[in-house]
Amino acid sequence: MSGVRVLVGTRKGAFVLSSDAGRKSWKVDGPHFAGWEIYHVKGSPADPDRLYASQTSGWFGQVLQRSNDGGKTWEAAGNDFRYDGPTGTHQWYDGSPHPWEFKRVWHLEPSLNDPDKIYAGAEDAALFESGDGGQTWAELPGLRTHATASGWAPGAGGLCLHTIVLDPTNADRMYIAISAAGVFRSDDAGKTWRPANKGLRSNTMPDEDAEVGHCVHRIAMHPSRPDVLFMQKHWDVMRTDDGAESWREISGNLPTDFGFVVDVNANEPDTVYVIPITSDSHHFVPDGKLRVYRSKAGGDDWEALTKGLPQKDCYVNVLRDAMDVDALDPCGIYFGTSGGQVYGSADGGDTWNAIVRDLPGVLSVEVQTLE
Amino acid sequence: MIQVILPRNLQILAGVGRVVELEVAAPVTQRTVLDALEAAHPALLGTVRDRVTKQRRPMIRFFACEEDHSDETVDTPLPDEVASGKEPLLIIGAIAGG
Repeated sequence: MSGVRVLVGTRKGAFVLSSDAGRKSWKVDGPHFAGWEIYHVKGSPADPDRLYASQTSGWFGQVLQRSNDGGKTWEAAGNDFRYDGPTGTHQWYDGSPHPWEFKRVWHLEPSLNDPDKIYAGAEDAALFESGDGGQTWAELPGLRTHATASGWAPGAGGLCLHTIVLDPTNADRMYIAISAAGVFRSDDAGKTWRPANKGLRSNTMPDEDAEVGHCVHRIAMHPSRPDVLFMQKHWDVMRTDDGAESWREISGNLPTDFGFVVDVNANEPDTVYVIPITSDSHHFVPDGKLRVYRSKAGGDDWEALTKGLPQKDCYVNVLRDAMDVDALDPCGIYFGTSGGQVYGSADGGDTWNAIVRDLPGVLSVEVQTLE
Repeated sequence: MIQVILPRNLQILAGVGRVVELEVAAPVTQRTVLDALEAAHPALLGTVRDRVTKQRRPMIRFFACEEDHSDETVDTPLPDEVASGKEPLLIIGAIAGG
């Protein structure tokens, strides 16, 4: 019987939430790695029992964990994330040069077809690759050494590479996003990169439509339509139909177009979800109401989804890696909040329930649909 | 046997109890103790000191015999009481953030 496993990274450990395909009754397992910040947990599409977790600490640094049994047991894998070659400087918040320093892994992206191959997105921004199940790591230095890199500046969370999107129809094509540099695309499996930010405008830069410098928060793709990407930028929700050659705004009637997450319904490639956040200075939902917004038209026209979500006195945030969808029909949508709630909808967003309410602040949510 | 006391998070990571006992040949220094600790428990690589420079991570402290040895060089001999196993070397995660 099929089921769903929701992998939750929090500020004080990882949790595994599991249910059958009905998605009504949930088992909560954890905390794993109690006391550590778990920036991301993700399973291999090629082997759902192979999970990877980024375990970090300001005291003890970066640890990479691996499970071969769906999260029941874990083992420390390799944590030697070493930049390849000399590291220069990037811009600091005040515009001064600042040395590149490895701080943590924000995002893990396992290969679509090889459980031992995985990419890791780091702060300070760099892309690493492992071909042996996370035991050893090598940087793909073409990104960090891009001609524009000395001008990249950190967002509020740091100079982080937080999004990695693999094209399921083209093994050489991948997209990454960096706060606050923007989107980059590679067409040679990560060796070389070019900025892919045409159409973005950001008033945090002297040149609003500059080639790089945009604080992209998240990009999402439906696997059946890899040239269409949706983006939640710092401000603005955007869309591309040509593999990020150009972007257009689809914020439409959203109450605010600031936010972090964006995701696509597994069964309807033009059904998109965002969670508007008040502003960059008010990292909580507007008007005390937690509302997911859904567009069934691929953007521009949005409806608020509120059934089962708090509609008064709610002031949580939802971070960029904290929403995902399952592959069942109807599609399940899941997200976690800074208040430690993980909400799920088993009907495409029409109604919501709290799967668990009192975890530590949620950093990431990933969903596995199990056969 | 040298005794090393680990902070709780590293105990969990390494799958050990509060006190780790290690065989360390003389001279007993931060470097030789940590070499032995990492050899016995590779999960701790990079969590106490930098893999390359061997310098302690900024928010790690080394205490022994009621003294702070954090800022001594990695090759300075630790107190005789640590070398003889009478007193432990405490690896501490610095108090920060309230």
